[in-house]
Amino acid sequence: MQQVLSTVSAWLLPVLVAAVLVAGYARRVPIYNAFVEGAKAGFGTSIRLIPHLVAMMVAVQVFSASGAMDLVVRALAPAAHWLHLPPQVVPMALLRPISSTGSLAFLKDIFQNPRFGPDSWVGQLASTLQAASDTTLYVITVYFGSVGIKNIRYALKVGLLADVASVVGSVIAVRILLGPMPGS
Amino acid sequence: MIDLIWLMLFLSGIVTAAFTGRMQAVAQAVLGGAESGVALAIALISMVSLWLGLMRIAELAGLVRLMTNWLRPVGRFLYPSVPPDHPAMGSILANMAANILGLGNAATPLGLKAMQELQTLNGDKDTASDAMCTLLAINTASITLIPTTVIAVRMQSHSADPTSIVGTTLFATCIGTVAAIVFDRLFRAWSSRRRA
Repeated sequence: MQQVLSTVSAWLLPVLVAAVLVAGYARRVPIYNAFVEGAKAGFGTSIRLIPHLVAMMVAVQVFSASGAMDLVVRALAPAAHWLHLPPQVVPMALLRPISSTGSLAFLKDIFQNPRFGPDSWVGQLASTLQAASDTTLYVITVYFGSVGIKNIRYALKVGLLADVASVVGSVIAVRILLGPMPGS
Repeated sequence: MIDLIWLMLFLSGIVTAAFTGRMQAVAQAVLGGAESGVALAIALISMVSLWLGLMRIAELAGLVRLMTNWLRPVGRFLYPSVPPDHPAMGSILANMAANILGLGNAATPLGLKAMQELQTLNGDKDTASDAMCTLLAINTASITLIPTTVIAVRMQSHSADPTSIVGTTLFATCIGTVAAIVFDRLFRAWSSRRRA
């Protein structure tokens, strides 16, 4: 199982690139020009995130550098331990359904922390958590708001329960890949 | 709500710093945070450009439409209340394909279009239909093939193996999607029993 996960990680991106290029060429798409044309939009898309990322990175780094983050992490440690989660990822996991730039700022803070870094157990789990779920509250507000639905019935419950399932799935996946969390 | 969270991150930090005597570090964090916000956005350009370029080829080659066709049986299973030939089904499947391929910017307009078309099938315009709830469940827990943003941030943070999270993400999103479908079905069954 661990072998499967690391093989998928190494192979999926190159295989997808090859598949898209071969399929494009076979269908007589001018692949080079099409690529350049599509990639142009990447600059604007990323640059438009600057105001959001500046706002969130400043707030998260103030929270982290002041020691407030450590206090919250210590307070959450018993609950996190019970859920088999490292407490350092809990603030990020709580913010994930509300703001993806906010949780991205927490992810970057974990990567910058010399105790963790991107390749540590906590760093891998935080990466997977960020990648594996969506801004549930934002999506629900925008989608239902756009057509004027007032009674959303059970949609929020299902969305948040699915987010919890993604967190559980992330922990299981990282345990398969790297074994149990060190020091637990 | 985002206003309150943002305020609390600042306030709790500054109040804590007043007690721990780390105000100097907080002042530096304000400046450093702004700098890393910009650096992070710049770091995203590489992966986002690469991905959007590839997906433009995929689109011109008809791969996105091909994928939409593959998803047709899935759509029929997930949305029994939507006629398979209704335009709503087309938008739902295109939205699903865009989510799986990691095209967040394309997925949202397609999803909103699907909502509009589902609203035309909806008897009670103020209340979400079963199909709308399913669309939301699938959107908030989508299978992800390549998590481009996270790979870019890992590259920027000098990860030795930035794509090592592709497998774990695929695994976690499969579990999340299955859970979303199961919970959606359970709640749908409960709510229809209550109404009957």
